Amino acid sequence: MADYSNSMPGSPLEVKVLTRRIGIPGSASIDVYLEHEGYQALRKALGMNPEDIIQEMKKSGLRGRGGAGFNAGMKWGFVPKHTGKPKYVVCNADESEPGTCKDRVLIEYDPHQLIEGIVIAGYAIQSHQGYIYIRGEYRYLMEILDRALAEAYARGYLGKNILGSGFDFNLYTHTGAGAYECGEETALLNSLEGLRGYPRVKPPFPALIGLYGCPTIINNVETLSNVPHIVLNGGEWFAKLGKPNDGGTRLFCLSGHITRPGIYELPIGFPLRRMIEEVGGGVWRGRRLKCVIPGGSSCPVLTAEEIDVPMDFDSLAKIGSMLGSGGVVILDEDTCMVKAAWRIMKFYAHESCGWCIPCREGTMWLKSLLERFHGGGGLDEDPDTALDVAYNILGKTLCPLGDAAAMPTISILKKFRHEFEEHLKAGSCPLENRGAGPGSKDSGQPSWAPGPSSSQL
Amino acid sequence: MDRIKMISESLKQKFDTIIARYPTKRSAIVPLLLFAQDEIGYVSEEAIEEIAQRVGVRPIEVVEDISYYSMLHRQPIGKYNFQVCTNISCMLRGGEEIFQHCAKKLGIGHKQTTPDGMFSLEEVECLGACCGAPAMQVNYDYYENLTPEKVDELIEELKKKEPGPRT
Repeated sequence: MADYSNSMPGSPLEVKVLTRRIGIPGSASIDVYLEHEGYQALRKALGMNPEDIIQEMKKSGLRGRGGAGFNAGMKWGFVPKHTGKPKYVVCNADESEPGTCKDRVLIEYDPHQLIEGIVIAGYAIQSHQGYIYIRGEYRYLMEILDRALAEAYARGYLGKNILGSGFDFNLYTHTGAGAYECGEETALLNSLEGLRGYPRVKPPFPALIGLYGCPTIINNVETLSNVPHIVLNGGEWFAKLGKPNDGGTRLFCLSGHITRPGIYELPIGFPLRRMIEEVGGGVWRGRRLKCVIPGGSSCPVLTAEEIDVPMDFDSLAKIGSMLGSGGVVILDEDTCMVKAAWRIMKFYAHESCGWCIPCREGTMWLKSLLERFHGGGGLDEDPDTALDVAYNILGKTLCPLGDAAAMPTISILKKFRHEFEEHLKAGSCPLENRGAGPGSKDSGQPSWAPGPSSSQL
Repeated sequence: MDRIKMISESLKQKFDTIIARYPTKRSAIVPLLLFAQDEIGYVSEEAIEEIAQRVGVRPIEVVEDISYYSMLHRQPIGKYNFQVCTNISCMLRGGEEIFQHCAKKLGIGHKQTTPDGMFSLEEVECLGACCGAPAMQVNYDYYENLTPEKVDELIEELKKKEPGPRT
């Protein structure tokens, strides 16, 4: 297991709320957690009216950290109070948005913070059962969580009559087995029910008809990890950390061509330029910035001229992008944007579940077109064809995976059109020709290796 | 190499515990498949039958799940499965070169296994190790900030271990 400082090099500009226990030896154990305010929020919550907890959540302005950015308190508020059915809390730990690796550290170094948040969520909506859906690749994290769950049961923070309150709550881990699509909440529910992870038609939303047809709230790991802090310190305090209607901090994952890649906890609204230059130490190797993916590969890209923007949901929406899941990917001046567009599309083509035809067909066509284009076989009409295909995916699928594939492609085709023209003119990739490109073969497969090419992934 | 086809008695007991966590038994299918694969190295026909019977579905419904989830496979693979990420954050820091280096070093391509059954190679999508790019997983273990030299060291280290199926 890696030392936390490898992925969290630290910066004096950080504001540590969620990550403040990280670095304390044994931070994943319940004893260390209890020594540092652990389970005090749960104790407080169990003495509160569930409705008041939801109010406090709404006041905090906490918005979903998985990418969509929906107000978490409102989501909880949609769950009907009186229903004959069981209710469920599901934690989405299926972190797989390219560029995002924050939930990993929250689970690895502070699993009880997450468990406490889930139990409070359960109490707030009067649910008695929860599941943590964790991606299959994160097996070591599931083991950490299972140990933490056993500790919490043994100390009476889970199970029957929690802390003598009369409230019962059971919580289990559930492993996925490799599917980006299962991070989409309704696909996740199908997967949790033992089915293929296809998305469901919305409405009805999971708050009314979710897991096993019962009212369900689904929240991201980081979202739920914030809950104990909101309960303990109040919604107003939390809102003030960030912006009104968008409270708190975010775990930003700086990756790609940055001097100090890592996960940094910064207040919502932190300026992107300072994040790159001061927190991350600037673009690596003294190079100039070409492009930023601000919140995971599903987000429209920003050019170097567009980085004077505060990193919050509304500010990024205003300039036509998204804050997404906090995965900030830096691309330097020597990066080929055609190749970047192709690699991003290759991912979506691989991960499209195939349920909606525009996404299934569109992502495959775009991947082939971009691969051919980057390899020197581009046609004059290709950029417009690609735009046409992308616009015919956008808004035409049940779940956001289609949009997630179309949006970055459209933004690259529009903002970096000149690079497509340069490929046409040169008859191949101009960046790779001068030997600066990140790789020389697109197939991801050495020509001498037998077997299927990666395009058949 | 003899193929193990059936899961152990202790795993069958673990199955009962897992199934009891859900209101419908069917929910347990994917975890059971993955745990069965962890034990015997792949999802055998026998494991499919066993799981189908335990959760009360037809075997074809289990197979439908297997073909959806990328980590599940119905044929044995190498004892050490190199899963190299070449997605955007890793690509920008040399993930493709790491993949090609592994291919050259192991003499196999994407989704292939060495004749001695020791190593498999796979080009995979984002592993959630973007800040430690380029990264890969060998079975469930993460290796980050990779260089060709680090890959060489790892391969040499693993070669010293006993061949045979994953345990």
